[in-house]
Amino acid sequence: MAHLNPMSVLEPAQDRTMILNMGPQHPSTHGVLRVILEIDGETVIRIMPDIGYLHTGIEKTCEAKFYQQVVPLTDRIDYLCPLTNNLCYCLAVEKLLGLEIPPKAQWMRVLLNELTRINSHLVWLGTHALDIGAMSVFLYCFREREDILRLFEMVSGQRMMTSYFRIGGLALEPPLGFFDRVRAFVNHFPEKVDEYENLLTTNPIWKMRTKGVARIAAEDAIALGASGPTLRASGVDFDLRRDMPYSGYDNFKFKVPISQDGDVFARYACRVQELRESNAIARQALDGMPEGPIKANAPKVVLPDREKMKTEMEALIYHFKIITEGFSVPAGEVYQAVESPRGEMGYYVISDGTAKPYRVHMRAACLANLQLLPLMCEGRLIADVVAAIGSIDIVLGEIDR
Amino acid sequence: MSLSPAITDRELLKAHPALAPLLAWNPDSVHSVKFDRDELTIYVDRSCIREACTLLRNDPNCPFTFLADVTCVDWHPSEPRFEVVYHLLSIANKERVRLKVKLEGASPVLESVTSVWPAANFFEREVFDLFGIRFTGHPYLRRIQMPEDWEGHPLRKDYPVEGYR
Repeated sequence: MAHLNPMSVLEPAQDRTMILNMGPQHPSTHGVLRVILEIDGETVIRIMPDIGYLHTGIEKTCEAKFYQQVVPLTDRIDYLCPLTNNLCYCLAVEKLLGLEIPPKAQWMRVLLNELTRINSHLVWLGTHALDIGAMSVFLYCFREREDILRLFEMVSGQRMMTSYFRIGGLALEPPLGFFDRVRAFVNHFPEKVDEYENLLTTNPIWKMRTKGVARIAAEDAIALGASGPTLRASGVDFDLRRDMPYSGYDNFKFKVPISQDGDVFARYACRVQELRESNAIARQALDGMPEGPIKANAPKVVLPDREKMKTEMEALIYHFKIITEGFSVPAGEVYQAVESPRGEMGYYVISDGTAKPYRVHMRAACLANLQLLPLMCEGRLIADVVAAIGSIDIVLGEIDR
Repeated sequence: MSLSPAITDRELLKAHPALAPLLAWNPDSVHSVKFDRDELTIYVDRSCIREACTLLRNDPNCPFTFLADVTCVDWHPSEPRFEVVYHLLSIANKERVRLKVKLEGASPVLESVTSVWPAANFFEREVFDLFGIRFTGHPYLRRIQMPEDWEGHPLRKDYPVEGYR
């Protein structure tokens, strides 16, 4: 377990080595990650990630909010996939409440989650390629990302901090014309993935920078808690959507891309294949979108429609009570995990029977994935550190919370 | 969907793949069990948490090779005040289990499980940082989220939400 041995002091161990700080403002550290390197020339001897620069105490804040007020906070944890966080939190509280979610809401959740996954992977692909020096891919990826953000804006009113899912269903009916816009996107997206792949997959420079770099064996990936594409690229065939389905994912057919190589290229290949699979799931969700209500039938938990609120006394009372004093949740605890674009995102929610959660803990996929970094980089060149950081797709908002 | 009451009878749950090996190894290591909302919680004696984790990781029938999470809950002012919570996942069997260890508030110390799963490294550092629980045998128990010179442990219930002014 050599990679567990940390640097005790910021002093070089030998005369010929030096300490180099990368970040927290370095452009290739994707936010505010600081990496402390001990280098011998260009070779990395030791590496230690230093985090916490974006710690906002969201877990503490949650304890002072009503259950429904926590939803907007979850957006801000992983700002590249806010809807995945919304979903995970809502599923956890719904499990605590024992709420049944109507099929249309479940399918909308799946549809938006897969669009979120595409969105997140596009940001990853663009910035990862930019780090390694392939600039044009970034422009292509952000072109399609813009389309997805417009879809989010259409459905929720916000481009990034969507907060569209509510405990018990969705916030609003999807607007008229939304499904047509999504279908138009889903129809042309596979060609765009071909475009990205044309730029990278067989590009000799890209292959030289990524193949055989930062290799991780399956046992190490599991032992260090890696999940998501980072784990699957090391040959572990595990995807929560398929193996422990939630929110109706068992109704969808999709392949889980895996690779045996465990290097940067394998992680790239897995995520690019996931773009295609997510697109296929979104298409299935569109084709089979059921009709019906978008909110559970639980007047004490779910806010009434505006229409009813203005015509029915009872609806007005429930609205007033939910807004002013929240709703109480039966005591208990739940750990709900979903497959976020980065891996296993888990919400551990404890209720003590009141209207505020006793404790909310987020299991951040990136925090565990980041622990792979020393194993990936030690003994390699500094340039490979940049490739390795990009390949585990870190989001510091999630790591630091 | 209505909630069914939690099962706390050890006899009813003893066939569960996570509980059976623990009971076969040392029945005293398990204080109590709870099966609620399809999730099994096992309260493990604090003295044998590392052995229990090793046993579950190496169990041939249902190997819990993946440590999903380590966190803590503060039940201030009741005693024992802290509960350290481990979420284990068996990738092969698609099974989850939650282990819990209760700790008193005065001087919370617990054995580290980094030797079982290196993944516990950052998780335990976070629990140390935000709750002040010391893990013996951890290779690098330093603050991870808060600055090195920070006073107090912010996720404790007696720590004000706005911080000390």
